[in-house]
Amino acid sequence: MMDLNDLYREVIVDHNRSPRNFRTMADATCTAAGHNPLCGDQLTLYLKLRDGVIEDVSFQGSGCAISIASASLMTEILKGKSESEATRLFDKFHALVTDTGDESDPDLGKLAALAGVRQYPSRIKCAVLSWHAMNAALHGESRASTE
Amino acid sequence: MSVLAPSVADSGPGPTAELQGLREEFPILRTKIRGKPLVYLDNAATTQKPRSVIDIERRYYEEWNANIHRGVHWLSEKATHEYEHARDTVRAFLNARSRKEIIYTRGTTESINLVAQSFARPRLRPGDEVLITGMEHHSNIVPWQMVCQLTGARLKVVPITDEGELVAGEFERSLSERTRIAAIVHVSNALGTINPVRQMVAAAHARGVPVLLDGAQAVAHMPVDVQDLNCDFYAFSGHKIFAPTGTGILYGREELLDSMPPYQGGGDMIRTVSFENTTYADLPSKFEAGTPNIAGGIGLGAAIDFVQAVGLKRIGAHERDLLRYATERALEVPGLRIIGQAREKAAVLSFLLGDIHPHDVGTILDSEGIAIRTGHHCAMPIMTRYRIPATARASFAFYNTREEVDQLFTALEVARKVFSR
Repeated sequence: MMDLNDLYREVIVDHNRSPRNFRTMADATCTAAGHNPLCGDQLTLYLKLRDGVIEDVSFQGSGCAISIASASLMTEILKGKSESEATRLFDKFHALVTDTGDESDPDLGKLAALAGVRQYPSRIKCAVLSWHAMNAALHGESRASTE
Repeated sequence: MSVLAPSVADSGPGPTAELQGLREEFPILRTKIRGKPLVYLDNAATTQKPRSVIDIERRYYEEWNANIHRGVHWLSEKATHEYEHARDTVRAFLNARSRKEIIYTRGTTESINLVAQSFARPRLRPGDEVLITGMEHHSNIVPWQMVCQLTGARLKVVPITDEGELVAGEFERSLSERTRIAAIVHVSNALGTINPVRQMVAAAHARGVPVLLDGAQAVAHMPVDVQDLNCDFYAFSGHKIFAPTGTGILYGREELLDSMPPYQGGGDMIRTVSFENTTYADLPSKFEAGTPNIAGGIGLGAAIDFVQAVGLKRIGAHERDLLRYATERALEVPGLRIIGQAREKAAVLSFLLGDIHPHDVGTILDSEGIAIRTGHHCAMPIMTRYRIPATARASFAFYNTREEVDQLFTALEVARKVFSR
């Protein structure tokens, strides 16, 4: 049986209430809008890249607790990562929330708090929305959708 | 408008207790979800099926399965008889004059598309108008947009109030010389509003405008008499009235159906076919190309028999009691905002819980075994109207109980706690 506190862990509730790096970025080098038609979650992701390294990252938008907390946690972990490290993290995170990933992988850090999402398949799209937006931004695309 | 007789539930616990006994007829209601007894409050999305419907579908496949309308063998005749008998059941249920006016479809959506393409499209000219309301389901918006795009006609929308009612007099004022059809939802799926469709039909007819009613959310909850409503078309889905998915009905006035070209071509809808010329079958076959959902149609007949045996007035009274009780409980919850507070309302409670996103509410309720709908309810313009991304919606059927309403509110308390840590 599923324990609610396993999905809505305190770190998620906290990052939903007070999302980190929740701002626009005037000097962003790339941005992308993410949209989850199922929930209506919408966010814009801002990245500042220098020499292939994510120097700064922020987001703005509205959505459910899972999508907002996931975006907030993502911005924390991405700072200082190279493009290829960011892409590798996305793969690991995707595996985490779709049931095959390892929650104890040290690379994931606080992202492991989202492991409970795997028990709610309809909510996986919420958790990966910001990551899709990051991916789109890195590839020079302006939009990402979970559909 | 008086859709319901005076409340029967008010006369004591008797009728309500009897209805609760009928829960036994719905096998799925004994299911456990994540270890907890299922509390199914998503009836506006789809209803659960009674044993009689499940049994007759199985019986069809085990004992009667054959194609209909063409075989000379016993099975085909039996399958045809059962399928056509169900059509008679639907006719009586809606009080249509003739069985020719009852067209089987895949659901409300297909019924509306049929009218849009076969009735409206040939009649619409540039500058003509199709009139709908601000509380339509996407299935009563998009088919009309499609024919408007093809013909140069214009879609006109009657606005709604903060309470979720049509702005008084606005429907009548919106009827113009250019209005070719009005398509109106009988009961709103997202707000629960029951529209005064009888008066609206009369107003439209006074201007010579035919009316289609979207009855998807009405037929399982209140008596519907198409002659009394005097509508020209009435559409509903089987699955929202305890019948299998993929079944639906279009009622159409015979003279209008007669005047319309077929919607789809194929087998079963023809009289004769040659490469030079094809003549079409009479009603209702003209609109029923191809082998239909035979088992589903028979199941629809069984579902209507079931509903008739329970009694729609009794169902309506019990559901009104549930709505009243749920609304009272909702008003006690701090920060809960009800979306849709029409005076005439079906048993639909759409709401927001503080600033908790409806999808989080839905997931937390799910962990307690409670099924509700969260999202835009295929009515995005309504969400835009209220400037909200989504709502949580509990929608009731006659098999729901006050205890289940209590469980809903206990779980909402859990949600509040989770998000106030």
